Amino acid sequence: MRLTLLTAALCCISLSQSALADDVQVAVAANFTAPMQDIAQAFEQDTGHRVIASFGSTGQLYAQISHGAPFEVFLAADDTTPARAENEGLAVAGSRFTYATGALALWSADASLISDGEQLLRSGDFQHLAIANPKTAPYGLAATQVMQALNLTDALNPKLVEGQSIGQTYQFVASGNAQLGFVALSQVSRNGEITSGSAWQVPTTLYEPIHQDAVLLNTGADNAAAAALLEYLQGERAAAVISSYGYGH
Amino acid sequence: MTLPLDSADLAAIWLTLKLASLTTVVLLLIGTPLAWWLAHTRSRLKGPISALVALPLVLPPTVLGFYLLVALGPNGPIGALTEQLGLGTLAFSFSGLVIGSVCYSMPFVVQPIQNAFEAIGKRPLEVAATLGASPLDRFFTVALPLARPGIITASVLGFAHTLGEFGVVLMIGGNIPERTRVVSVQIFNHVEAMDYASAHWLAGGVLVCSFLILLLLNRRGHLRVMPGART
Repeated sequence: MRLTLLTAALCCISLSQSALADDVQVAVAANFTAPMQDIAQAFEQDTGHRVIASFGSTGQLYAQISHGAPFEVFLAADDTTPARAENEGLAVAGSRFTYATGALALWSADASLISDGEQLLRSGDFQHLAIANPKTAPYGLAATQVMQALNLTDALNPKLVEGQSIGQTYQFVASGNAQLGFVALSQVSRNGEITSGSAWQVPTTLYEPIHQDAVLLNTGADNAAAAALLEYLQGERAAAVISSYGYGH
Repeated sequence: MTLPLDSADLAAIWLTLKLASLTTVVLLLIGTPLAWWLAHTRSRLKGPISALVALPLVLPPTVLGFYLLVALGPNGPIGALTEQLGLGTLAFSFSGLVIGSVCYSMPFVVQPIQNAFEAIGKRPLEVAATLGASPLDRFFTVALPLARPGIITASVLGFAHTLGEFGVVLMIGGNIPERTRVVSVQIFNHVEAMDYASAHWLAGGVLVCSFLILLLLNRRGHLRVMPGART
């Protein structure tokens, strides 16, 4: 009896997998963690395909991809890394597109700390300023551009602490160990409201636009679920999620 | 050919040596009395304290790093205390790394010393006592010299283990040059930035260095008192 049930269950699983749904392995830049989880859920409901997502800094993920990590889709936090993947023959040519345009925020877990962000940065009245590693995380690079534009690079340098990804940077600020930090607006805002603490949305004139590109990797070229996900990301339902986190298109 | 190690690499090496040395000294100061107590106590606390000391052997460094980050923060117990004392918070500082490393390398120092104390047994101490030696005398002139091999092993292992520390530093360090960017983190940085040549030089250096340390220990016959190899 038990055996038949088990066999039946196994049949169901294998049937449902082969006939209806495929898995797609996605490498996702850390700033897009929360929206990706929402989108993956909607995508699974709408298509039956399953998303297996890994999160990290763009540079980290790229290093893994170039060493044969089994990712099929790459959602980066910039446009140069996916272009590089394509140039180096790791990605399917012509599959690149911008899925979101990121925004940078100066954020503190303390609700009363940031009223005028630029003024606060100039005053230097804090112990630690967290940024993401500029070598591997595009949001970290954008943060260094802001400090440069404000002529504060040398003044702020002794106060900098680096997270390995924008996710770790957020953690440094959220735990209060760093009083403030440059994070992705998507991490601290929902539907135009700052979700906790206080924040300053950095004027886009102070940093290069963060065009976040997606690309289909060679490993996913024959996977219907990978193509479906990329299409879904450009659809209406995903667009609504993406803009609710403060991204532009 | 250019110089394989740049100034940031050299700073990381110097910082790592400083961290490992200071951690070892602190651990010998804390660990020796603790090991003595563990070797001789009949308290019911012996079991829980031994387990606590041994925890870093099995815990993922991320667990230790995460709790340290929370504890050292302004809302955590250690952070609240250090702020009250006017020291500020200790995450992202060299002192914070020393605290982390002391926790992380604790069993590698305490266990060999405890084993050495236990191996001495009661007899030499009793003999010394009948000859009129005070408890302090017995500890410094009988127990410590007899436990010397264990203490040497403990120092070397504590030092070497701290050299190899990565997860804890990554979580509470903040990757700051000359303050918290140790060699293991610098290797990680090089690999992440795909600068494999620099990564090779540093990683190879650590590999050779660690091998030589263990070889030296082995030659001296001290490796058998390593944690986990309790006799």
